Amino acid sequence: MKKMMTNWSGAKGLLMIVRRSLGQHALSTIITALSISLGSGLVMAVFSIKSQTYQAFTGGQAGFDAVLGARGSQLQLVLNTVFHLETSPGNIPWAMYRQIKQDPRVKLAIPYAVGDNYQGFRIVGTTREIFTEFEYQQGRKFQAQPGGRFFNADSSTKDSANVTESPHEAVIGSYVSQATGLRAGSTFNPYHGLIYDERQRHRDRYTVVGVLEATNSPSDRVIWIPIEGVYRMSGHVLRGAGETFRAAEGEEIPDEHKEVSAVMLKLRDPQSGFQLDQTINKQGKVATLAWPIGRVMAELFDKLGWMNRVLALVAYLVIAVAAGSILASVYNTINERRREFAILRALGARRATVFSVIVIEAALIALIGATGGYAVYAAILAATKIIVKAQTGVELNVWQIDSILWLTPLLMVAVGTLAGLIPAFKAYRTDVAEHLAPTS
Amino acid sequence: MPVLEISSLKKSFVAPDGARSLVIDVPRFTLEAGEQVALAGASGSGKTTLLHLIAGILAPDSGRVVVAGEEMTALSEAGRDRLRARTIGYVFQTFNLLQGYTALENVMLGQMFGGGADSRRVRELLARVGLSGRLNYRPRQLSVGQQQRVAVARALANRPKLVLADEPTGNLDRRRAREALGLIREVCGENRAALLLVSHDQDALSQFDRVVSLGDVNRALYAGTANEKAIGFSATGGARVK
Repeated sequence: MKKMMTNWSGAKGLLMIVRRSLGQHALSTIITALSISLGSGLVMAVFSIKSQTYQAFTGGQAGFDAVLGARGSQLQLVLNTVFHLETSPGNIPWAMYRQIKQDPRVKLAIPYAVGDNYQGFRIVGTTREIFTEFEYQQGRKFQAQPGGRFFNADSSTKDSANVTESPHEAVIGSYVSQATGLRAGSTFNPYHGLIYDERQRHRDRYTVVGVLEATNSPSDRVIWIPIEGVYRMSGHVLRGAGETFRAAEGEEIPDEHKEVSAVMLKLRDPQSGFQLDQTINKQGKVATLAWPIGRVMAELFDKLGWMNRVLALVAYLVIAVAAGSILASVYNTINERRREFAILRALGARRATVFSVIVIEAALIALIGATGGYAVYAAILAATKIIVKAQTGVELNVWQIDSILWLTPLLMVAVGTLAGLIPAFKAYRTDVAEHLAPTS
Repeated sequence: MPVLEISSLKKSFVAPDGARSLVIDVPRFTLEAGEQVALAGASGSGKTTLLHLIAGILAPDSGRVVVAGEEMTALSEAGRDRLRARTIGYVFQTFNLLQGYTALENVMLGQMFGGGADSRRVRELLARVGLSGRLNYRPRQLSVGQQQRVAVARALANRPKLVLADEPTGNLDRRRAREALGLIREVCGENRAALLLVSHDQDALSQFDRVVSLGDVNRALYAGTANEKAIGFSATGGARVK
């Protein structure tokens, strides 16, 4: 019992010494802890963003299994159609859309025609099925915000897209609404191309009939219009039949002139994807099937594998610098504290006590820094979240549990503790008699 | 049983030129419980070294130091630390208070490494030395005399059986030195702690009934001198050999 009491009071004494020491060297403690916070927060943020970005782009949240498009890069097809980034690799004829739509292996086929923008937000011509059939996540379809609706024009139930009913209606994503101020009832003129250039204004005027509820997906950045609207946009020419064709007002557009940038596909089963891949990619020569979308995007990240190695190297360096800063900070205090250690030893403190004080100090600085790292992490991720959302529509989750969020602080504390061993050893070796001067 | 028993204690140091010089050579010295003895010696005569050997801060080349029945010289360094924390109180010439700590904390540290923290006793001790109103003052906020009193309270915090005082009045003027010394002696007496004080200050030495010349104890200073020749000082300063 007495021994327990002694140990307890020794521990209390030890903590009192640590607390006082940190207080006495408050400035260097704060600066060192801040540098560790920055390092820890940076490492956590970089790896968390990387991991979340990977999940967002490869995690099958696209809502489609495959994309059919012009012969070319599968990655470009996916980026263009699913993530609304990049340019279209080219167009495919309307007939190909009809053919794939009627394929029994295909559950859902939605045409995608792109080529215009409004204030940089791309305008996508499609069918009403995008709202009524498409699930951007399992069981979740687009919803119009109260007071709005989807556009009426619908070619999906007919054999052709020649529906002239309300071709100048638009449904916009939630982010588009926030960024442009467009609301249900607003009107706008599209601009030609995917990059906003005010000289490229189309004379067609569109009316926003609905704003979609936020989906935290790239679709939040899209303006949806009936595909008929794309064909009839002033200045647009169709080359579906190889020759140029301009749609005249009130005149039906023959199917052979129509074309689409891509077709978004939902397949019946993975086997269908395998078969279509064989037919279209391996044996065919006119089109490309990007399937499965997650794999296509994963290949992109694989190509960027060197970046992961660079990031890991930077992380190791940051951790090493943090350890160095703890070492320097604590080590520099040892010489001025030798007398203090000698006094403590004269009062009965053991070498191990003095050693422990320094190691605990180093560990505590690292712990304070690592804890502060969460604030840095949250700040970086909050800023990144806004940027990524603005650029891609993908929503990052600042507080998503990731192993890096406990691994980094743990590593920081471990490395900080290890860094404390060197000054601790120096303190351990303090010669009591020598530093209790003066002698008589 | 003596609180302190020294026999055949030797300590030498190696000089920068490589020569080994014997600094301490004490054949025998004892101190009984409650006894208060002043050890007189000039500067550089090895007084501090002797106290460090008694406290187990330094290890001797040979010989024995027994404190409160436990042989200090037979213990490991950690064992010596434990014994020192439990049984010895130390008052330094420069007080050696820890600057970043309050008076209360300085005194508490005096007992934390020994028998456990007892803040009531610490407060009582500080009140006893007249510092109940200065518990949370840092050393630099205290006068020199007050710092000395904190040092005395700290030395007694762990209820030591032996208090070692190394020139405890060296930094004080005569009046304060007398006050401080009186306080040390009083408080040691109240706590039944044996006191071994080393000093070269005649005024301080004159307050002790029993004064021992270090030269008579330490044969290294005067080779061949008889062992343990106790010298007392009369009230007028005249020496008498017991």
